[in-house]
Amino acid sequence: MQPITNRAQAVNRKPMTFWERLYLINIIKGMMITFSHMFKKQPTIRYPEEKREFSPVFRGLHVLNRDEEGRERCTACGLCAVACPAEAITMEAAERVAGEENIYREEKYAAKYEINMLRCIFCGLCEEACPKDAIYLSETFAPANYNRKGFIYGKKDLLIPNPITEAAAYAAAKGVQA
Amino acid sequence: MGILSTILIKHNHYSMTILSIDWAFIVEKLIMIAIVVFASLGIALYTTFAERKVAAILQDRPGPSRAGPFGLLQPLADGLKLIMKEEIIPNHANKWLFILGPGLAMTASLMTCAVIPWGSAVDLFGRHIELQIADVNIGILYVFAVVSMGVYGIMIGGWASNNKFSLMSALRAASQAISYELAMGLALIALLMSTGTLSLKTIVEQQVAGHWWNIVYQPLGFLLFFIAALAECNRTPFDLPEAENELNFGYHQEYSSMKLGFYLFAEYINMIMSSAIMASMYFGGYDLPFFNEASVAPNIAALIGVGTLLIKIVLFIFLFMWIRWTIPRFRYDQLMNLGWKTMIPLALFNLLLTGALILAKL
Repeated sequence: MQPITNRAQAVNRKPMTFWERLYLINIIKGMMITFSHMFKKQPTIRYPEEKREFSPVFRGLHVLNRDEEGRERCTACGLCAVACPAEAITMEAAERVAGEENIYREEKYAAKYEINMLRCIFCGLCEEACPKDAIYLSETFAPANYNRKGFIYGKKDLLIPNPITEAAAYAAAKGVQA
Repeated sequence: MGILSTILIKHNHYSMTILSIDWAFIVEKLIMIAIVVFASLGIALYTTFAERKVAAILQDRPGPSRAGPFGLLQPLADGLKLIMKEEIIPNHANKWLFILGPGLAMTASLMTCAVIPWGSAVDLFGRHIELQIADVNIGILYVFAVVSMGVYGIMIGGWASNNKFSLMSALRAASQAISYELAMGLALIALLMSTGTLSLKTIVEQQVAGHWWNIVYQPLGFLLFFIAALAECNRTPFDLPEAENELNFGYHQEYSSMKLGFYLFAEYINMIMSSAIMASMYFGGYDLPFFNEASVAPNIAALIGVGTLLIKIVLFIFLFMWIRWTIPRFRYDQLMNLGWKTMIPLALFNLLLTGALILAKL
């Protein structure tokens, strides 16, 4: 048979010599290898104290964005829910009434916006589908929880803090890109 | 009054002599037994920690590092966990033997420490105290007798569990122990031929006085003894009795709580004791090389000796662990082949060679 690569090697079927059959030399060789690993650098990242840096394209927990004036960008068009392959997003729309112009940017807004983090596959298609730049995937991941209910994230979990009234929290959220 | 007081008066130059028994001697021995037993338990506790740490470092991991500084409290946490766990005795197990098994394993491994000379001797409170619980003149024979008993712990535990895996593992342990005890004994006879004594104390003293340690005279004998010791302690590459992937845990599979702890502990104490015996028989025991014991006070010299022996034990334990995390387990037929077809003939050859050399020297 023609070998596909030039790395193919015939199996060595020579009978073992006396020293090879003793095994001792090979055992000592092996022990030297394990011994040399005592001085190798450990690749361990001690998690709670040290954290691995995520790459800038990491797709983590979702964030509902606000505009510069602190108004919610989401207009509850439902394109994210349609785009979602895991069907993790549900929302209920409501009409903006007079006097709410400083809370919601568009005439229609999401009264309820839920993402089931157990369903979500963090593909980022919602981010791509959004025409209003309202939903982003951040660089954090969903923390553990004791029950499934805790994984259904509502608006209060997803919405980024208001940049005007809660400037510090907003900056912090921005800083860790949460 | 009567006899007792007469005896007391008669021997009143010894403050604690009643019925011509030296009570201080018994107290001294009891204290020493307590020290040795608790010290070996403590060392065994930290050997479990060392095992995990050594394994981790050899595999580029940090190992247990959460409990206390550097994870030093980990063994205490492990011990506490074992004690707090629910004690389960299977319905179909033979209850009496089930409880006896771990106790026997533990007793047998602790009994070995009686004849190990931990140091030369100290002078305390006007008494000359030998740092050895009992200088039995057949010390090595005693060690062998006790070590052979250790297999009963495994056998009884495995059989009483009423579980096929446990039984299988007990059978393996027994046949392995018997096979390797032969090679071990034969390797030892060669050593005994050159030293001419069975007392561990005398063997160590000969090495302290002589120029070389016994390893120089008996390299092959030591190698065989060491391999057999690995097998006797059920350590990798001879840990067939607990082969996780085929017997899923072996003879202590049905055990829980501190009974399991006893089995695991017994293994580590066995390791410590066999290290101590190997250090005493082949590596000069408490003899610190290139150091003149007469140059310091005898008490300090004795303490240095104890420290030296402990360091040798630690090095041996490290070697045990190093081997465990390097070499995979033998197959059962390979184990038997090695034991019967390689180790025993080599030991016999070593025996003949030693005999010939002794004759030639004469």
